Amino acid sequence: MNDDAKQDWPLYEIFIRAKSGLDHKHVGSLHATDARMALEHARDLYTRRQEGVSIWAVRSADIVASDPVDADAFFEPARDKIYRHPTFYDIPDEVKTL
Amino acid sequence: MYTQGLDSLGKDCLQDPARDGAALESRFQSRVDAEEKVEAKDWMPDAYRRTLIRQISQHAHSEIVGMLPEGNWITRAPSLLRKTILIAKVQDEGGHGAYLYSAAETLGVSRSELVDQLLEGKAKYSSIFNYPTPTWADVGAIGWLVDGAAIMNQIPLCRCSYGPYARAMVRICREESFHQRQGYEIMMRLSRGTDAQRRMAQAALDRWWWPSLMMFGPSDNESKHSAQSMRWKIKRFSNDELRQKFVDTTVPQADYLGLKVPDPELAWDEAAQHYRFGPIDWREFEQVLAGQGPCNRARLEARRRAHEDGRWVREAAAAHAAKQSAAGSRAA
Repeated sequence: MNDDAKQDWPLYEIFIRAKSGLDHKHVGSLHATDARMALEHARDLYTRRQEGVSIWAVRSADIVASDPVDADAFFEPARDKIYRHPTFYDIPDEVKTL
Repeated sequence: MYTQGLDSLGKDCLQDPARDGAALESRFQSRVDAEEKVEAKDWMPDAYRRTLIRQISQHAHSEIVGMLPEGNWITRAPSLLRKTILIAKVQDEGGHGAYLYSAAETLGVSRSELVDQLLEGKAKYSSIFNYPTPTWADVGAIGWLVDGAAIMNQIPLCRCSYGPYARAMVRICREESFHQRQGYEIMMRLSRGTDAQRRMAQAALDRWWWPSLMMFGPSDNESKHSAQSMRWKIKRFSNDELRQKFVDTTVPQADYLGLKVPDPELAWDEAAQHYRFGPIDWREFEQVLAGQGPCNRARLEARRRAHEDGRWVREAAAAHAAKQSAAGSRAA
């Protein structure tokens, strides 16, 4: 209400590694004035129950994303290359461990 | 903690096929029918977007205002353990608000706009938080009944067609179970305690039972927008279905406590395998939602005060960030 700075703080996307050996996974976003606040808020917001051992915070504005409108054309080249999947090849049952 | 008592959406949430283009619209609907999730940057009908912004932000506001009735007891919790539990629960509610505001923001609305709507009294939040918590037993009853009702409603929302909302709900539901169980445990302790404690538990059940049933929102034949929300798979079950489910699971829990549900018409219907319950006072619901509840004014005043009291912190943080970034660019 009547905030002088009407603008929200920058948005950060938060990625968390649940335990060593796993990838960081996107868990959500939050607003913070700077990187350090982003990490501290991410800890308070997304790891209240030991959900993680490591956090990445990335400015949302810095993420380059593909456009869903172009998704069909963009991903189309992979669609007809079914020979890239192992199930494309018929191998008799008697051949083992293949 | 929140349920769907708020789907009294405005006219702007009705569909307008002329504006949206029939072809896009029908393609969207078939994706939803096929249980595909809709993501933030996907095309969606304007009315779908507006419906979600409204529902998710009301849900977020409910979490934030929901911190107040229980926060009231943090300083007076009966033991250090109960105090730490209550702090953790209230912190969770704040976290739930934050997840939900983030989900709403993916639809193109800013956090500050949403917060302003709440503080200016323009936005709705769950009517339940406008009731007072005069005793410690109310904290137990809220966890047991209010969070219990919220879980009933929120579990289907985990499968909502809008991906960011559904994911926020998964996270929230994982945490709600703790809320409900700690509340029931408070009720268990009190109902096995002294006569005065039992009476306190019963009085809290008497206070919270009907408002909890109202949390599921108007009856199906009164709920204007349910059908569209169902078609869009934002909503999976009707208000009455969920309310019935809540009554069926909660009455035996009250029996276990040896407490009496304050409804003279409550009876088990063997044929239907459901509890039959008496009529709900919808006038009370309408009044509380319209701002005439026992605590509406106090809740908004508390939020406004908190926002004002926090202003210097926000300003200091912004000033610090600006200074750091200026120092950084000088160094570079």
